[in-house]
Amino acid sequence: MDPVTFSCAELSTRELNSALAGLPDGANVRILEPWGRHNIAVGLTTRITIAIEGNAGYFTGGLGDGPDVTVGGFVGWSTGENLMSGTIRVLGNASECTGASAHGGTIVVHGDASSRTAISLKGASVLVAGDVGHMSGFMAQAGVLLVGGNAGNGLGDSLYETVIYVAGSIASLGADARVEDLTDADVKTVRELVELAGFDHIDPENVTRVASARELYNFNALTEQRY
Amino acid sequence: MCGIVGLHLKSPQLHTRLGELIAPMLDCMSSRGPDSAGVALFDEGLPGRVRLSLHATDGTDWEVLGRAMADDTGASVSVEALGDVAILDVDTGPDRAAASLRRLGPSATLVGIGHNMEIFKDVGLSREIIARYGIDKRRGYQAVGHTRMATESAVTTEHSHPFAPAADIALVHNGSFSNPATVRRRLEREGIRFDTDNDSEVCARYVARQMEHGADLGEALRMVQKELDGFFTLLVATGSQFAVLRDSFACKPAVIAETDSYVAMSSEYHALAGLPGIEDANVFEPVPEEVYAWTR
Repeated sequence: MDPVTFSCAELSTRELNSALAGLPDGANVRILEPWGRHNIAVGLTTRITIAIEGNAGYFTGGLGDGPDVTVGGFVGWSTGENLMSGTIRVLGNASECTGASAHGGTIVVHGDASSRTAISLKGASVLVAGDVGHMSGFMAQAGVLLVGGNAGNGLGDSLYETVIYVAGSIASLGADARVEDLTDADVKTVRELVELAGFDHIDPENVTRVASARELYNFNALTEQRY
Repeated sequence: MCGIVGLHLKSPQLHTRLGELIAPMLDCMSSRGPDSAGVALFDEGLPGRVRLSLHATDGTDWEVLGRAMADDTGASVSVEALGDVAILDVDTGPDRAAASLRRLGPSATLVGIGHNMEIFKDVGLSREIIARYGIDKRRGYQAVGHTRMATESAVTTEHSHPFAPAADIALVHNGSFSNPATVRRRLEREGIRFDTDNDSEVCARYVARQMEHGADLGEALRMVQKELDGFFTLLVATGSQFAVLRDSFACKPAVIAETDSYVAMSSEYHALAGLPGIEDANVFEPVPEEVYAWTR
């Protein structure tokens, strides 16, 4: 299908997102002149392919349930926040809180991601080629965070079931996060994630696995009916 | 939530365009702060002269005030009257000019003073304030601006940013401090006077106090990290410097774009997206607890 082209210079965010929501499955879209606009391609539930040609702002592709979004430049805070399914691929760097509370789907960052990457992750895969900032993986409950570069301070603080793989160094671990032995299953998982992301600099057998030490983990709703 | 913008122009060719470049940035950030806005602009001053930025809502006749201050000080005074705002250029030192103003124009608020600095700030949308005072027509080598969404003190001109605690210093702040009362009491014991109960003013006067004791801007900001607790992205300009600092949590946003011609800073990138040459700029997010400073 020939691409449909929209310009942020001509449309309000609401007009743009309404137009995107009205496109059928399989549509291809180019979004021009994004100029750091917030909330581009938010809340879409169709299987469409979107190329944002430039830099985007906050919440890019957030709440998505189906679309594949590629951003040619960098993005602001909370890209893919609460993503349900689909893919968001950022060719540049991402700001803070990338993939916050994302339930499903895949978020790929080819550059670095800033602080609190994958905060409160609930099932998505967040794959970062470069470094992540402080407090990444904070309170992450499910899903996986892969870091191709180095991780900042407080990695995996108060982790639940999310597993974090780091190819580079870790500045410090957060409370209740610990380094665990890498199993064959981990290597297989990382190999699949690296392939999915299209990264070529990560050796799946040479990553560090970080998971919850379960000292603070206290989330069983049935235990003594305390909740 | 508040918005911050700043421009530090390295290229003298851009100096005539400072207002034109900072105005849309300030307008863009009104989404983060619709209740007040302000900007401090720095331009080359004339030796020996001091510039007073004044605000009054009682219909003060600025020309009359200027003539009275000229008679009082024996210095020449030039007046640029812009409605509720006036810029007075006085051929004397800052202390003498400020003392004369207090005697002769007690209803006027002195929002800024310095050899190089002028400040426009007011309540309302940044777009309206820019148009009211012709901010887009001003020139200079650097500017720091702010759009305010008040969370901890009143919405008045005096409470809006930038805060100018001493000659040629302007500070804008996004965030909130948790121990400003403690720091303020200590500064008051040392004889520092405050204009408002705003937490950012405490930070501004703390920075000025450190500089008065010999610290440069970078050192003063590192002291802020030690003494002031809370959330902050700070942008501070002096006659010669332009500096950014984020607290250790860095939960208040900041983005910097640098080219050969300028350093631009904002809370959000889209405020920078219209700058000339932005597509080739080095755009980065300042990391927590690191002072980024540029000196001209």
